[in-house]
Amino acid sequence: MAETLLQIENLTTKFHTDDGTVNAVNGISYTLKEGETIGVVGESGCGKSVHALSLMRLIPIPPGEITDGEVFYRGRDLLKIPIDEMRNVRGGEIAMVFQDPMTSLNPVMTVGKQIMEVLRLHAGMDEDQALDRAGELLELVGIPEARARLDSYPHELSGGMRQRAMIAMALGGNPQILIADEPTTALDVTIQAQIIELVKRLRDMIGMTIIWITHDLGIMAGLAERMLVMYAGYLVEKASAKDLYANPSHPYTLGLLKSLPRADTGKRNQRLIPIIGRPPDLLSTPKGCPFLPRCRYAIDRCAEENPTLKEIGPEHEIACWIDVKTAETHEVIG
Amino acid sequence: MIETKKEKKDVLVRVENLKKHFPIITGFLRRTSGQVRAVDGVSFKIFQGETLGLVGESGCGKSTLGRTILQLHIPTDGKVFFEGLDLSEMSRSELRSMRRRMQIIFQDPYSSLNPRMTIEKIIAEPLTIHHSANGKELREMVEVLLERVGLNPLFANRFPHEFSGGQRQRIGVARALALNPSFIVADEPISALDVSIQAQVVNLLEDLQDELGHTYLFIAHDLSMVRHICDRVAVMYLGKIVEIGSVDEVYENPQHPYLQALLSAVPVPDPMVEEQRQRIILEGDVPSPANPPVGCNFNTRCPIAFDRCFQEEPDLKELIPRHETACFAVEERMALT
Repeated sequence: MAETLLQIENLTTKFHTDDGTVNAVNGISYTLKEGETIGVVGESGCGKSVHALSLMRLIPIPPGEITDGEVFYRGRDLLKIPIDEMRNVRGGEIAMVFQDPMTSLNPVMTVGKQIMEVLRLHAGMDEDQALDRAGELLELVGIPEARARLDSYPHELSGGMRQRAMIAMALGGNPQILIADEPTTALDVTIQAQIIELVKRLRDMIGMTIIWITHDLGIMAGLAERMLVMYAGYLVEKASAKDLYANPSHPYTLGLLKSLPRADTGKRNQRLIPIIGRPPDLLSTPKGCPFLPRCRYAIDRCAEENPTLKEIGPEHEIACWIDVKTAETHEVIG
Repeated sequence: MIETKKEKKDVLVRVENLKKHFPIITGFLRRTSGQVRAVDGVSFKIFQGETLGLVGESGCGKSTLGRTILQLHIPTDGKVFFEGLDLSEMSRSELRSMRRRMQIIFQDPYSSLNPRMTIEKIIAEPLTIHHSANGKELREMVEVLLERVGLNPLFANRFPHEFSGGQRQRIGVARALALNPSFIVADEPISALDVSIQAQVVNLLEDLQDELGHTYLFIAHDLSMVRHICDRVAVMYLGKIVEIGSVDEVYENPQHPYLQALLSAVPVPDPMVEEQRQRIILEGDVPSPANPPVGCNFNTRCPIAFDRCFQEEPDLKELIPRHETACFAVEERMALT
């Protein structure tokens, strides 16, 4: 059994806005084992990105506030250590790659300089060593004519190349954990396939542990060992990837998978089953289950009590009162 | 069976060697220093009542093609026939009256609705412009349209910001339907929406087609959704169509090396299937449409390109029944077998 690398307990993040308090992450807990890839899926506003920014302590305070929780990494609670120490963790032991490489790269600095910055800060290299290593890293992530590309500015690279450069930068500090926040969402499918292939190769080579955040259940099927499904800031389903796709048990996960068309099988003339209604309003805190207004299976209890995660099988947990295999469904009015 | 029925159907739109080049203007003297060949010689037909998917990656010219068909861009060359009439020959006023018959749904439901107009005004605008209705009749028509797209008619006096993305896209659909068109270009109508909302809008488009018999040109980069919604599909690469045919035929039996790579790259939400799949990873990026390669557009990334591909441009040929491909390598292979 691999060792636990990261343990997140009851992580809770709120944003205090003029319209009220946004409950972005509502007490999520999970553990990350060394060498595994975990997929965090959910739609926009479900708190998947905020959860990652919270554990990196990158939430702007104010308006944000991490109101509760612990994030244990190698015996330390990352939420409590001094900010200087946290700076060494960030980009060093835990690195992050973001969705839009154009806005996360500095437009007036060459790619080489930006990678060298990481190497000098987190690997303690001098100018010459950093230059050499930066070239190696760009080569490692498959950028053609890597050495020459060190002098390129971000705008001179294509979207796929920029994301490769971001990954090279993330690798600079020899991270234990890579957090990838929708790294391929802005890219075309053929380029997305290139990046996923690259990350898989690097993972096997370096033995990196990965948290991959996405809205695309398709991507994770070939990438993750375990899956977390988020809705309205809550973890609603936790399972091994195989189990989640074969046996989705939260009505939301089931709904997501049923609403997806597939490119590999001809299913024309078969209607998609959409999830009725609209995404939740995070300003309100309903007493019951947040998915209730859109749920085909809801019973009276769902309006009264918000379910917490409970085990329904080996390493398979859901936050739901009902069993979708036996429960009756009813119409939902959007 | 469905295909043979479709084959006999009338051609609604015929596109012939359509080109749209945008000038690159540089310097103080604003000289034209080059051309971006967004759409570079495209020919195909759209049949009455069908949904033709137009897929390709960003920058391949699919949106420009959709807009050029509707004459929202003036074509650089080539012709578009709508019910046999040549749109490129028409005067502005003739074209305007033709526009009742052809409408467009835009990708971004946030920027395509005027934030200062109520949704009643937004949906009524095409009706007013074309003098189709006014007064009480107009209001009633708007109510019918709202109901048809699944929105509460009581919302008519609200402004776009009061609606979610999915609801806004329904407003966009209602506006497109207002003049009762026969042809609708849907330009990435679901790309900006959350996964759970996409299926709602797709079902709406399908229901409307069943009810009203529209013909759709469905532009998308999501190949899974295209397989679901379309009867036929055209695949674009760098301003040209590389493959076109009935959707099951094209997905089950892709011929062009680009399409093979594209389909292999689409993730499938099933770990068991993913374990078995072989990905064809294309090297490099799409070349600039301002400076396309000589010969076949795809020769810079093609794994099977040979001499001829660097000298001549391949045309679409029906190498398999109801399935056209533009590739010399495939042509040669077919000739050998």
